[in-house]
Amino acid sequence: MQAFARLLDSLSFQPARNAKLRLIETYLRETPDPDRGWALAALTGGLDFPSAKPALLRGFGQEKIGEELFALSYDYVGDLAETLSLIWETDPAAGPPPTLAEVVETLQRATRAQTPAILKRWLDALDSTGRWALLKLLTGALRVGVSARLAKQAVANIGSQPVDAVEEVWHGLEAPYRPLFDWLLQGAPRPQSNAGAAFLPAMLANPIDRTELDALDPTHFRAEWKWDGIRVQVATSGGLKRLYSRAGEDVSGAFPDIIEAIDFEGVFDGELLVRRETAVAPFNDLQQRLNRKTVTPKMLKEHPAHVRLYDVLWLEGEDLRNLPFDQRRVRLEAWMALKERPRFDLSPLVTFADWAELAAKREEMRADGIEGLMLKRGDSAYLSGRPKGPWFKWKRDPMLADCVLMYAQRGHGKRSSFYSDFTFGCWRDGSAGGRELAPVGKAYFGFTDEELRWLDKWVRDHTTNRYGPVREVEQKLVLEIAFDGIARSTRHKSGVAMRFPRINRIRTDKPAGEADTIDNLLRLLTNSAPESPLAGGMSHAHYPGVTVTEEP
Amino acid sequence: MAITTASETLNPRTWLYPTPRGLYCEPGDFYIDPAFAVPRAVITHGHGDHARPGHRKALATPETLAIMRTRFQDMPDTEQQALKYGESVRIGEVEVGFAPAGHILGSAQAVLAYKGQRIVVSGDYKRRPDPTCLPFEPVPCDVFITEATFALPVFHHPSDAGEIGKLLRSVDTFPERTHLVGVYALGKCQRVIRLLRDAGYDKRIWLHGGLMSLCRLYQEHGIDLGDVAPVSEAILETFKGAIVLCPPSAIADRWSRRFADPIAAVCSGWMNVRARARQRGAELPLIISDHADWPELTQTLKDVGAPWVWVTHGREEALVHYARGIGIDAEALHLSGRDEEDS
Repeated sequence: MQAFARLLDSLSFQPARNAKLRLIETYLRETPDPDRGWALAALTGGLDFPSAKPALLRGFGQEKIGEELFALSYDYVGDLAETLSLIWETDPAAGPPPTLAEVVETLQRATRAQTPAILKRWLDALDSTGRWALLKLLTGALRVGVSARLAKQAVANIGSQPVDAVEEVWHGLEAPYRPLFDWLLQGAPRPQSNAGAAFLPAMLANPIDRTELDALDPTHFRAEWKWDGIRVQVATSGGLKRLYSRAGEDVSGAFPDIIEAIDFEGVFDGELLVRRETAVAPFNDLQQRLNRKTVTPKMLKEHPAHVRLYDVLWLEGEDLRNLPFDQRRVRLEAWMALKERPRFDLSPLVTFADWAELAAKREEMRADGIEGLMLKRGDSAYLSGRPKGPWFKWKRDPMLADCVLMYAQRGHGKRSSFYSDFTFGCWRDGSAGGRELAPVGKAYFGFTDEELRWLDKWVRDHTTNRYGPVREVEQKLVLEIAFDGIARSTRHKSGVAMRFPRINRIRTDKPAGEADTIDNLLRLLTNSAPESPLAGGMSHAHYPGVTVTEEP
Repeated sequence: MAITTASETLNPRTWLYPTPRGLYCEPGDFYIDPAFAVPRAVITHGHGDHARPGHRKALATPETLAIMRTRFQDMPDTEQQALKYGESVRIGEVEVGFAPAGHILGSAQAVLAYKGQRIVVSGDYKRRPDPTCLPFEPVPCDVFITEATFALPVFHHPSDAGEIGKLLRSVDTFPERTHLVGVYALGKCQRVIRLLRDAGYDKRIWLHGGLMSLCRLYQEHGIDLGDVAPVSEAILETFKGAIVLCPPSAIADRWSRRFADPIAAVCSGWMNVRARARQRGAELPLIISDHADWPELTQTLKDVGAPWVWVTHGREEALVHYARGIGIDAEALHLSGRDEEDS
């Protein structure tokens, strides 16, 4: 545990990717099985301890120093595990600290009732770094700036293998990954890759804008709508059915409705959406389904999941990744035509003769479920990573509104001493006759570090009221907010909610009275239900299956 | 216990209270650590947010006055009155004395007595041993004014030796890199040098030019810093494996480009909290502080036994809550012009 704690500690302060890799590689080489395997599981997000939840840790802290002091401490530190590790004191009589394997294996066997006593004994025995690492491990949020991909890269490096070779065998393995280390370090045979149900590293697109398009030949490219969901991979083989995120994380547990609906063999690339009847629900609804290890029947009923397919990587035992996009598309369409599958449909191609026509279609498209366009070369093989040239994403331009800063809250983590979460509002007629501001959204990015320091100072200098970590400020700073969509909301006082709002510019030049009104925002409302043609869709003006109606 | 008849009838806030210029003692007509130039000031120690130039008269320990002269071009326009620890002087109707605060060289608690009531203004203080200054001396009093820079139960400063050990281990691990250690120029710098010497490090320690004059002053006061030299005097020096001390701001400055693949170490109590350490860009955070941590603060309240405690300079809320919990009449005292980064 101590070696693992030192690793996490150094990783958390080391900003450079290569240095992080070296730290992980050194740890993996020097640490014996099974500790290193459990560490790898922790770094790739593969460990879960259902009996050690934040409420338990909060309870420990309150028991130690009382509710009030614990609340003040947590508010200052901004991280529950770190707070507890700092207020706890090492007990020299507690005996030697546990090993990582002891921690993992004990907790996997321990009942919910046994966990608190075990944890307390370990907290007494470890130093504050050890406690921090233990608690980070238990709560499942290491936050040391290491992605699963980076950890896999480090593993691949110690065996001088490409990272994709590790990815391909990864999902056939289980922690603590002894066969993986035997292969990479001892020359044992490569573990079975388990073909179809393994995650195949995704092909990613590069951003592009209108002017850059002119250098490209439009006849070489195919266009699809860029759906506003989550990119997923559906992978099945020999009865194994899995749903992976773009980064290779297994999210099957959160989407049993999709898993159950799989009655085929293959690997498909598509967009995960929430769909009711024939309409795609706003991204918000999909968010309700994410980051859950299990899901309730109510959730399944109210937020039914759906996958819109746009590529096929394997089909019935055949690897199609080296075929050109056009041929894969033919195979995909033919396969889709064989059978109706209610949870799956096909993402249509958007036809166009030249860039101007495509630009016009993109311009007209204001439906909420669409983020822009994807452009894929017809002759592109399916390559892992983000190759330059074959695939592009051409995002919709954001909408803009001038809003007035109303409240600011201190951030957490790296920003725990900065006012970095900003709530802003627009004008409407007030109850007392005059105009008042109604909050329309909250943004915590879009600004540079320098702008953050400026905003933090502005907030401190213009505070009118404090509510715990929140400050109310004078209503005089105008922020230009960029956002990708807007929807009616019953949860917001103003009746509207912005999608993905971020601070585009600080408008010190603009008086607050000239900021936008709620009425202005309502004019931007779009419908939330673009539809696909193969799910009972209809014909429409610019593309079959996509309805766009502007609010009057 | 110093409770007297007077202390029961006299409200201490009538003779010592905060004003926009600083903490004001009315029957003595002087300010303690004022934020602006005043006719008469009592200065607890030489840090910039306590000692400012331009006062007509300044009372402080001889060491603090020496520090102020070094920082403020000799202060020819200030009438300086030196008062040693344990001695006292009468200003107006108030008896003023100094007791060691253990914060930096010359740092003092101001002990004020008026009509049988005693108020101790602790200034900044710490309780653990520091090879560069005398240890804090608890003075029984009616009102204790305490700092609260690290007044949260999360602040447990580890042992100095352990933190210096971290630095020396890192120097061993990366012998080809320069260790740039960010330290506050007054107090922290000289303490870290002494701690390195006490840990057996006897190589030359390189200093940013801005740290030289105060190091010289410490040496004049009998504190042996060993072989130290300014970076600007280096000839044919690669700084590989060297320890270089500089103000924290210099780490990100163009100045630091001359060093070999430097590792940024920062010495401060704030390094206790990860988010703070990352904000400062520390790759090697070292928790070395000249302020009391939570156990030291709470122990001190018990040691001085004051029935009234006024809390200032930091996280007042938690310490006020704690003090009330053990039966002390505690409240926050808001003073302007304090700078939390000097730690």
